Amino acid sequence: MTALLQVFFDALSLGSLYALGALGIALIFGVMRLVNFAHGDYIAFCVFAMLWPSIDAAAIVFLGNLPAWVLIPVILVLGAGISVLSEILVFRRFRNANPATMMIASFALGFVIKYFLLMLYSSRPKSIDLWSAVSLPLEIFGARIPLLQVITIAVTLVILLGLVLFLKHTRYGLEMRAAAENFTMARMLGIRANTVIMMAFALSGMLAAAVGLILATQSGTADIQMGANLMLVAFVATVVGGLGSLPGAVFAGFLIGGLSSLMQAYLPPDARPFRDAFVYGAVIFMLIWRPNGLFTQKSAKQRV
Amino acid sequence: MQRSQTILQRTLSTPVILIAILAIVALAALIVGTGPFNQTVIEIFIRIVLVVGLYVFIGNSGVISFGHIGFTCLGAYMTAWLTILPAMKKSKLKGLPDIILNAKLHYGWGLLAATIFAGLCAYIIGKVLMRLSGIAASIATFAVLAVIIQVYSNWDSVTGAQSSVVGIPIVRTVWPYFACAVLVVIVAYSYSISRSGLALRSARDEAIAASASGVDITRERLIAFVISGAMMGLGGALYAHSVGVVTPDTFYLNLTFICLSMLVVGGMNSLSGAVLGVVILSSIIQLLRWFEKGVDFGGSIVALPLGVQEIAIGVVMIVILMFRPSGLTRNKELSWPHWPFKQLPAGRSRAPTG
Repeated sequence: MTALLQVFFDALSLGSLYALGALGIALIFGVMRLVNFAHGDYIAFCVFAMLWPSIDAAAIVFLGNLPAWVLIPVILVLGAGISVLSEILVFRRFRNANPATMMIASFALGFVIKYFLLMLYSSRPKSIDLWSAVSLPLEIFGARIPLLQVITIAVTLVILLGLVLFLKHTRYGLEMRAAAENFTMARMLGIRANTVIMMAFALSGMLAAAVGLILATQSGTADIQMGANLMLVAFVATVVGGLGSLPGAVFAGFLIGGLSSLMQAYLPPDARPFRDAFVYGAVIFMLIWRPNGLFTQKSAKQRV
Repeated sequence: MQRSQTILQRTLSTPVILIAILAIVALAALIVGTGPFNQTVIEIFIRIVLVVGLYVFIGNSGVISFGHIGFTCLGAYMTAWLTILPAMKKSKLKGLPDIILNAKLHYGWGLLAATIFAGLCAYIIGKVLMRLSGIAASIATFAVLAVIIQVYSNWDSVTGAQSSVVGIPIVRTVWPYFACAVLVVIVAYSYSISRSGLALRSARDEAIAASASGVDITRERLIAFVISGAMMGLGGALYAHSVGVVTPDTFYLNLTFICLSMLVVGGMNSLSGAVLGVVILSSIIQLLRWFEKGVDFGGSIVALPLGVQEIAIGVVMIVILMFRPSGLTRNKELSWPHWPFKQLPAGRSRAPTG
């Protein structure tokens, strides 16, 4: 029972991270048909913003010294800032380009951000000590669950709830949903394209910042590669969930997180190193079974 | 009545121009002749093989594949298995079947085996995946790449897991690489004017109209997938012989994105775009590398700080795509109108003279 509970919490907390990442990608895809490969680098950027630029091995904490109630909003604003900035400087000029071109442009942008960080901070991972108190274990029904996992899950739920409220009950949320459904139609009905798109980028950047904070607390290191792996899984999750569908992205994020945790726990030890191979194998079968994703939007279906 | 020219006559100048460009690059290596520059030119030819391989599938089918570098990995390991000294294999890669374990083949056989093996794997994988299209196909191919890399980086007894496989015979002359690049360009050109290539391109532009006209999209895609998979395998084997070392990590996302970028910057839907994208981006990278090392400007040495090279290449790519969203060639082929067949008023085509 306790082992089961542990796996359950592992699955939920890993799934939370994937879900937040997938949401960040799905939001932008919804309004712009852009698969933003720079998302992972936003995450790294937000983490490194807490350190003072130096290429020494020892990290000099800079913003990270601020008390949590200042630090969290500052990092969220930074994340939103870099995301909106990249929209204004780069993606705005690609509005009418085909998806492949946009994708490569976003990849090139991520490349620039990554090597900018590398120039300032060197490629060595640095240790960063954020709220180490939260990694203490917590007893729940006899299982020892790290407090951080509980916080991760709680934070994710709060973010998801906030996002649902924003999308369903505010004017901007309504505009964004309309734009995701049919962008041309939404513009004809008087929705300002720039506002909606910048809003999506800001939200996505904030999600990246939130993921960055959680990752940095979890691993205690800052690494320029840290966003990359998560971004890939998030990208896969967005497609498995059904591109453009926000609930689909969240659900698929949890699904993939759950699947990897389960396999980690229950595969025979010999097969365990191949865990990711099994997860991606499952993804292939899922796509063959439902090529349009688990949650298909009506507007995404091809009409003949 | 006027007889129109055949497609071969209309487009033959394209591969000739492209091969001429490759020959100029090879000649440059011959004239300069220094070790590092030689290596750079070899790298360019390997990239040409890879990017043209990508073009055969992506350019003709319009489906973006993130998984082709997986076939490169398969090819690189295949040639490594066949060409490393048996004694070395027995100590490091014990799990190989005996027949491979005792083999010590010339690298030419390694290249051939890598091509066939990658093509075969592409056939099996393509058989399952080619019914998908659009972004689902892209993700599925990416998942294939992830599976291949995961297996190769953990299957200790056969691939040496994460540690690098060393002892692959190194080939330092430019010519084999040049020959492979030329061969790949010719095959890609022949495919793109073949019946299957034309059918696939029609499906790319108008899927519904094409299938209504009797094009079996899945089948044509599979053909392109196998040809391009085989080319990627060849590229991987060439890579293995150019540096002598392979690790699974080499064949993951960085290489995928560099190759895709070269293709998109050049012009995704044209063979000329694939070749020019490689040549131009590689030249820019090489220039920046020189600047990074330091260039003598009238006595004062100017060197760029580390990391600027990558930032600059990223910025260059973004700027090129901003002004030419469909790539440098705008998806057109390089061609020389009416060469070598002059269009005669009577419609008779004249045979080329000389």
